[in-house]
Amino acid sequence: MRYHTPENFEDASAIAAGADGVTRFLAGGTDVLVQLRSDMVTPDDLIDIKHIAGVHDITPLRDGSWRIGAAVTGAEMSENALLGQAWPGVVEAMDLIGSTQVQGRATLAGNLCNGSPAADSVPAMIAAGATVSVIGPDGSREIAVADVPTGPGKTALKKGEVVTAVNLPPRGHGGGDAYLRFIPRTEMDIAVVGCAVSLTRDGDTITAARVSLGAVAPTALLVEDAAKALIGSALDDAALEALAKAAEAACKPIDDKRGTIRFRTHVAGVLAKRAARIAYDRAGGAK
Amino acid sequence: MSQIHVTTTVNGDEVEFLCDPRETMLDVLRDRLGLTGAKEGCGTGDCGACSVTLDGRLVCSCLMLGAEAEGREIGTVEGIATDEDLHPLQKKFIEYAALQCGICTPGILVATKNLLEKNPDPTETEVRYWLAGNLCRCTGYDKIIRAVMDTAAEMRGAS
Repeated sequence: MRYHTPENFEDASAIAAGADGVTRFLAGGTDVLVQLRSDMVTPDDLIDIKHIAGVHDITPLRDGSWRIGAAVTGAEMSENALLGQAWPGVVEAMDLIGSTQVQGRATLAGNLCNGSPAADSVPAMIAAGATVSVIGPDGSREIAVADVPTGPGKTALKKGEVVTAVNLPPRGHGGGDAYLRFIPRTEMDIAVVGCAVSLTRDGDTITAARVSLGAVAPTALLVEDAAKALIGSALDDAALEALAKAAEAACKPIDDKRGTIRFRTHVAGVLAKRAARIAYDRAGGAK
Repeated sequence: MSQIHVTTTVNGDEVEFLCDPRETMLDVLRDRLGLTGAKEGCGTGDCGACSVTLDGRLVCSCLMLGAEAEGREIGTVEGIATDEDLHPLQKKFIEYAALQCGICTPGILVATKNLLEKNPDPTETEVRYWLAGNLCRCTGYDKIIRAVMDTAAEMRGAS
């Protein structure tokens, strides 16, 4: 295995594009190192992106949007009070991943690129309308987070492409988001179901919404019918019931040791309602 | 396979080593630097027995490559005591018998010292969540938590 520490993303991309064997980018390493050590994935070229300028920065931009460098850790996100005020759902989703030790290393970009259908931060990023900046052999492009995962362990990134940052849109006035997951214990587990809701209020009325589910399909889902159930409502009981029905209808889960199809489908509806209530309260100014 | 030359700081001392690119920081600490305090429990970042600090941030040394240590500062359990004087956490762990086999203890000491540096007055809930990634199969955690809470109170009183 060759270990590379490029000084910029163009070089990182060129190393990956020119490599014949298995290539992995290394940010926090909390997935890559586990795969390496268990002989699941043995890279011929491991490209550590942490020496590249800007990858550790959380940057609020003038238009209210945020740029989160590809090597920013969960702990650094949780310690950024302004980011937590703007996108509390994204921050709490990232914070649910692993232990304190894992939080010291794990990254949003890595959670996305690992391609797990149960990745906690991915539904939150999808609900937020996040994009990723990518540099590859054909130049740079911006992709919606919703379009990155294509199946378990698979992404839409092409050979030589590397995520440079995650972009969160301006939160704007009257916005709020939330992420909830079900696990059978309180910490250190993989989502049986995850649900993120991001919405905007004008007074009591919801004017925009995005709902995303994790761990109930081969990729995290953006559930447009669930968003439609919320938009125009004041989160009354009828809207919540319609939201739950739409969330359940979108589920295509597997049966496994952590949850049955029936259980996961039911919990998706329950979490959607609870996450919507939290997002609605946050959009109304609740801390 | 060529070895990588790394210069880093461990417990305040500058050290140099050669390592294989696949070698973890945990293996470097134990097999090349003779610092066997950090233990390998799971090797997958679940148990916390290999906990060290990296530039003051708590991490699992099994999920870090030795090559990544270049130019960074590593803190291990060996750096917690000063000469013959044990750290207050170490004294309290003995007083409370907050260990049995001792495999998890170095990781828990590194983790709790790091917590108390960031938060000198944690609630019991905060201590328990902070230590969620440090597994102990002997004591059942209660004595560990009590030792940490009492250390925190004592250190607040002393400062």
